[in-house]
Amino acid sequence: MASVTEAPLLAPQSDKKPPRKRGRLVPYWLLLPGILWLLVFFALPMVYQVSTSVQTGSLEEGFKVTWHFQTYWNALADYWPQFLRSVLYAGAATILCLVLGYPLAYLIAFRAGRWRNVVLILVIAPFFTSFLIRTLAWKTILADGGPVVGALNTLHVLDVTNWLGFTSGDRVLATPLAVVCGLTYNFLPFMILPLYTSLERIDGRLHEAAGDLYAKPFTTFRKVTFPLSMPGVVSGTLLTFIPASGDYVNADLLGSTDTRMVGNVIQTQFLRILDYPTAAALSFILMAAILIMVTLYIRKSGTEDLV
Amino acid sequence: MTTDNGGDVRLSGISKTYGSFTAVHPLDLTVPEGSFFALLGASGCGKTTTLRMIAGLEEPSSGTVFLGDQEVTHLPPYKRPVNTVFQSYALFPHLDIFENVAFGLRRRGIKSVKKQVEDMLELVQLGEQARKKPHQLSGGQQQRVAVARALINHPKVLLLDEPLGALDLKLRRQMQLELKRIQTEVGITFVHVTHDQEEAMTMADTVAVMNAGRVEQLGAPADLYENPQTTFVANFLGTSNLIEAAVDGKDGDDIVLAAGGGKLVLPQARCSAPTTTGGKVLVGVRPEKISLTHIDDAGEIPGGRNRITGRIADSSFIGVSTQYVIDSAVCPEFEVYSQNIDRDARLTPGAEVVLHWSPAHTFGLDAAQDIDAGVETVEEEAA
Repeated sequence: MASVTEAPLLAPQSDKKPPRKRGRLVPYWLLLPGILWLLVFFALPMVYQVSTSVQTGSLEEGFKVTWHFQTYWNALADYWPQFLRSVLYAGAATILCLVLGYPLAYLIAFRAGRWRNVVLILVIAPFFTSFLIRTLAWKTILADGGPVVGALNTLHVLDVTNWLGFTSGDRVLATPLAVVCGLTYNFLPFMILPLYTSLERIDGRLHEAAGDLYAKPFTTFRKVTFPLSMPGVVSGTLLTFIPASGDYVNADLLGSTDTRMVGNVIQTQFLRILDYPTAAALSFILMAAILIMVTLYIRKSGTEDLV
Repeated sequence: MTTDNGGDVRLSGISKTYGSFTAVHPLDLTVPEGSFFALLGASGCGKTTTLRMIAGLEEPSSGTVFLGDQEVTHLPPYKRPVNTVFQSYALFPHLDIFENVAFGLRRRGIKSVKKQVEDMLELVQLGEQARKKPHQLSGGQQQRVAVARALINHPKVLLLDEPLGALDLKLRRQMQLELKRIQTEVGITFVHVTHDQEEAMTMADTVAVMNAGRVEQLGAPADLYENPQTTFVANFLGTSNLIEAAVDGKDGDDIVLAAGGGKLVLPQARCSAPTTTGGKVLVGVRPEKISLTHIDDAGEIPGGRNRITGRIADSSFIGVSTQYVIDSAVCPEFEVYSQNIDRDARLTPGAEVVLHWSPAHTFGLDAAQDIDAGVETVEEEAA
């Protein structure tokens, strides 16, 4: 009985092949704008910059491709301290972001209850003002003789940071500490949001199961919650570290000539000295360095299948 | 029978309220050591809350929980000698099967876990899967990992929260027998929460039927089935035909009742309701206890049986038995299950029949209850 009614239904279906084929192409059509965008605004400039980095010449005479790879070695030899500083400051800021952001993300995910959305909006709220304004505000906060410096002085925190070389004398502004603080502040949401997303996805029953299996609350965190939040930790640290290591605004506004990062060098080379080949070479060295570090990091954290 | 209650679970007066909603009304319950105990009820009846209070995952609003002689009412779960098999298992997705099972042992500082874990995986027939991650296993296998992970700790009590709910019917039947086998093998007290009455009756030694935060009745499955004390139990456990009848008088140990012009006999011992002449009682009888005889052969029915006349409204042949729906004066939809031994060809829809059964299979319930309590819930769960 069933086969009799099914037969005529099947027949027209086999005729419907053409529309199905068009359907198969739809994803590619949808991809097209994105691919074009990347091609025009990412791939082409990359090629252009690669070519710039191996050119020689001057602004007056014009630049020519001479495959002058020496620019890379010269750039590295001249600016390695700035590279090192970039990695150190960005690394310090990333760790600070993780230390500050993890508890907050944990609270939002598990304890905030009906305040969850409010707190999430507060996390994102700084984005409503410009990056520049926010960083300038920190200039006021950390100003010489201001309340923050005063408090740190009274609590003898500055003695410790002076000894560590993070600050000098009675100043916080124009020291590495100020730059790291600025970076931490500016990139904190990029740490909190992925952490929150991965924590929020954890099934609450896993905590109950761990408790049921004799894990004390802290052991539950160490053995269950934290390992399961690794995807968030990895993407949060990457989203913080990568832009922070290329940042120049914080070092520019909150630092001094002694805290220049590689971003500042690139900016100066491009916009003031107009040495385009060196600037391009520095950009690629930074990019390669980040790629290598990120690859090693993801390997090490063993989260390839989790990210 | 041991005189000390070393492994009993004793709940005395425990209750749980959330704001103005009472999930569990003050409840006294003793689960004897080594028994397979089922908490049966529809969703929202408080059975899972009760289980979670034993596990320590929920703090009782009042009352005390004893495990053996130890009061554990306010102990956190990690300090209780109790383990839980969670609904949908809650296996740790980042750990392999071996580490999932070893979790409890490691937390208690036991160093050499290899032998124990392997033995336990053998018990649940998962030795081959030790290095796989939970998501690589089938539902039934994950279920067995969850059982192994809990059992390896040799808890005083194993709590099972709807452990078979996520499995398909065939696998569920298989796991019911499997769990029963494991329980017999290890001898640990099992407290099993389920909404499936068949599951509860197949597996448990003792079943507590819960409804709206209260235990309606507690007993061995056969006892609950044969002697329900409330309409909820009568309808929730299997099917019951309930007839409203008036008490006519007494005849020795029997109560004589009048229903729809006929007379029914009910043994006094099988009536849980107070009976005063002229008062009302609900008379119940299970569908499979009833015999059907065509009206033409009514004379052949032996005396002393309860009789009701009616007309067959519907019949469905399901192989081992035929299920009839009978339209009668006392009850509009009387259900009768008749074994297909010698089928009477005259018993087709429209035929006039006499329903008769032994008074010993009759039970009496308090008429002041909702006659349909427990009926809809069964249908909802089945849907």
